[in-house]
Amino acid sequence: MKKLVFLPVILLLACTQQPSGSAEVASAPLPGGQSNVKDETSKPDVVRIAVNSNVHKTLVAALQAADYVDALSNVGPFTVFAPTDDAFAKLPAGTVDNLVKPENKATLQNILEYHVYVGNIREDQIRDGMVLNQVNGQNVTLNKTADGKITINGVNVIGSVSASNGTVYVLDGVLLPPEKK
Amino acid sequence: MKQNRLMLIITLGLALLALNGCKPKGPAGVTTGDAASKVYVAPGQYDEFYNFVSGGFNGQMAVYGLPSGRLFRNIPVFSVNPESGYGYSEETKPMLNTSHGFVPWDDLHHPALSTTKGEHDGRWVFGNANNTPRVARISLATFRTEEIIELPNSGGNHSSPFITENTEYVVAGTRFSVPIGDKTDVPISSYKENFKGSISFIKVDPQTGRMNIAFQLRTPGFNYDLSRAGKGPSHGWFFFSCYNTEQAYTLLEVNASRNDKDFIMAVNWKKAEEYLAAGKGRKERARYAHNVYDEKTHTATSTMLDEVTVLDVMELPDIVYFIPCPKSPHGCDVDPTGEYIVGSGKLAAVMPVFSFGKIQTAIANKDYEGDFAGIPIIKYESALHGEVKKPGLGPLHTEFDANGNAYTSFFVSSEIVKWNVQSLQVLDRVPTYYSIGHLCVPGGPTAKPHGKYVIAYNKITKDRYLPTGPELTQSAQLYSIDGDKMQLLLDFPTIGEPHYAEALPASLIKDKSVKIYPIEQNEHPFAAKGEKMARVERKGNDVHVYMTAIRSHLTPDNIEGIRVGDNVYFHVTNLEQDWDVPHGFAIKGATNAEILIMPGETQTLLWKPLAAGVVPFYCTDFCSALHQEMQGYARVSPAGSNTPLKFSTGETASQK
Repeated sequence: MKKLVFLPVILLLACTQQPSGSAEVASAPLPGGQSNVKDETSKPDVVRIAVNSNVHKTLVAALQAADYVDALSNVGPFTVFAPTDDAFAKLPAGTVDNLVKPENKATLQNILEYHVYVGNIREDQIRDGMVLNQVNGQNVTLNKTADGKITINGVNVIGSVSASNGTVYVLDGVLLPPEKK
Repeated sequence: MKQNRLMLIITLGLALLALNGCKPKGPAGVTTGDAASKVYVAPGQYDEFYNFVSGGFNGQMAVYGLPSGRLFRNIPVFSVNPESGYGYSEETKPMLNTSHGFVPWDDLHHPALSTTKGEHDGRWVFGNANNTPRVARISLATFRTEEIIELPNSGGNHSSPFITENTEYVVAGTRFSVPIGDKTDVPISSYKENFKGSISFIKVDPQTGRMNIAFQLRTPGFNYDLSRAGKGPSHGWFFFSCYNTEQAYTLLEVNASRNDKDFIMAVNWKKAEEYLAAGKGRKERARYAHNVYDEKTHTATSTMLDEVTVLDVMELPDIVYFIPCPKSPHGCDVDPTGEYIVGSGKLAAVMPVFSFGKIQTAIANKDYEGDFAGIPIIKYESALHGEVKKPGLGPLHTEFDANGNAYTSFFVSSEIVKWNVQSLQVLDRVPTYYSIGHLCVPGGPTAKPHGKYVIAYNKITKDRYLPTGPELTQSAQLYSIDGDKMQLLLDFPTIGEPHYAEALPASLIKDKSVKIYPIEQNEHPFAAKGEKMARVERKGNDVHVYMTAIRSHLTPDNIEGIRVGDNVYFHVTNLEQDWDVPHGFAIKGATNAEILIMPGETQTLLWKPLAAGVVPFYCTDFCSALHQEMQGYARVSPAGSNTPLKFSTGETASQK
């Protein structure tokens, strides 16, 4: 699998997302975190890669609802498994709409944390059967075939992008954390 | 797959969704209206706290005032400082001597203020050298580095210089395990077999502060990160966070993150003392420097030592116990009561809080789940007070207030989280800008926190200040913790890397601060304690200039008879006995630095003239209205010439 080429075509669009404001944020406005740093020179971080992608609108909305945009704009390093919009669409109807509701924030955070590993695992470091302990504390298993096809918990990795603060692996499915015992 | 990839190439990078437009931004919304008044210290007024902030990779320690964030001093410790001549003057060069020779730089991570009965006593602040392992002691009367001791058998002195309740010991735990002893030329891949940890217990003399390595614990080979002493009920114990229990020796970012749990290492140092008294220590050859600055002679001496006493915890039972702690614990902090130990697994989703009482019960009942290198591993649940669930991402360090609350820094989620130690409930959280490392509550690691503020020492600055090219200042942020909600009051830039910091009330030290060195107590062998004693003496190729400085002349200020090839020592004594009137000395072409000489002090600059001519020298510290007149000449004649040695001040040709 070859690395995807990142094309920094920058179009400033009006924000279509609602701010992820909880009551607390509304009453005492806080400044933006690292995601607000104006820097169009540096290599994009994992968040900007997702934002710049046309197939990760759902993921970006979810990150915003979970208040994880700033965390992932941090220096990391992160390995982010990024399901596409089509991957989210494969979930039962209404799942995503439900998850982004404020009352389900903890559940959403847990799912997103299951897609992030703190540490930059480059493609050439992935070995068949490699286990990663994700941010939510649960493990995922990576598999790699002889011809380089990678899956994570059986979900296909369909591309990868190198970010300033890690690596983004694009998934065609959503990883669902196993029920905790 | 190919088709997918093509689609992604097209779709990725099509649009930047302007996240900036999605959030309130800019500093305007950060602080509420009364923040300025809370940090404003009127001109001429004093700050309430001193804040001792490590300089990280600048090897120094900076002193700030709180709440203003004003910088008062940058104390040179492990790095040379041309500004004062530290490490350049003949008197201070020995301070930086090591078993490797003169080392002009180090990486100072953690200050530790001395304590008595677990409370700040305002005597000394200690600092660790992370690269070439050493511990320094700085006087809080002179704000100068008085002593540095090197640590043999150590690699990366990171879990240091944390101190026991009454400053009985300063500890120094190795970050890197290394091969120790006679057989050190071994394959790196023989880590499991040959690499060992080493924890030094440095005894501190209660009167003088003088340090010596009382004993070293030989421990299993992995990484020792941070530590805290017990206090109150847990006095006599020390707690260290350990990572890389995988014993990886390459690509640790992957290979040291495999185990679900690493360890907190609980050390019963009273037991270690018993073994030591019973003669169970093993004397081992080791070479390390011990450097002491004498305030009377204004001179440091460096002594090489050649032996340490080792207690092997794999052979001597009951000194050490392991407690499992999730995912590469970093911070290992003990609350003011001494009962609770907070382990911060920097990759963990929960933060365990261990109970000292439960640990003791577990040990009594041998409630173990196995061993590591023969050392018992206490069952996690048996040691656990409870877990702080989902506190944030990337917990690093915890400090405490006097009301039973803890403040933990979270690097990944870039925030401080306040939680209650008893109930383990999260009470409040505030973002930091950006990526906080350590944090400091005045008195936060002691038995008696002073509270009021928490200061974030951030790792990333980016756009917080006006840009200064690729290299930016690092950023501290001051938050009020007086109310239920933490409130951001102030950003202030720091020099070096503000790694860790401690703060204490100014009242504990400000009245003890030294103003001058009494000239009659100056025992420097080359002091000229009056202009009449100023002179120049030749001893072979060494020329000693006994020089005095007082407003506004140097004596002598005309020197002849120096020859190319000489070593000229300018021993400059500042005759002033007036607070804040230092003099400086510099000579053209000197290949080192200036020296700054405090009132009553003598300092020496070595100059090796390379060419014949007349060379100017002058006072570098603006001392008076006639500072610019405070100058002189040294005549240098060719090697082998016989220009007579003479010196004078105020003598002119017409007087002859």
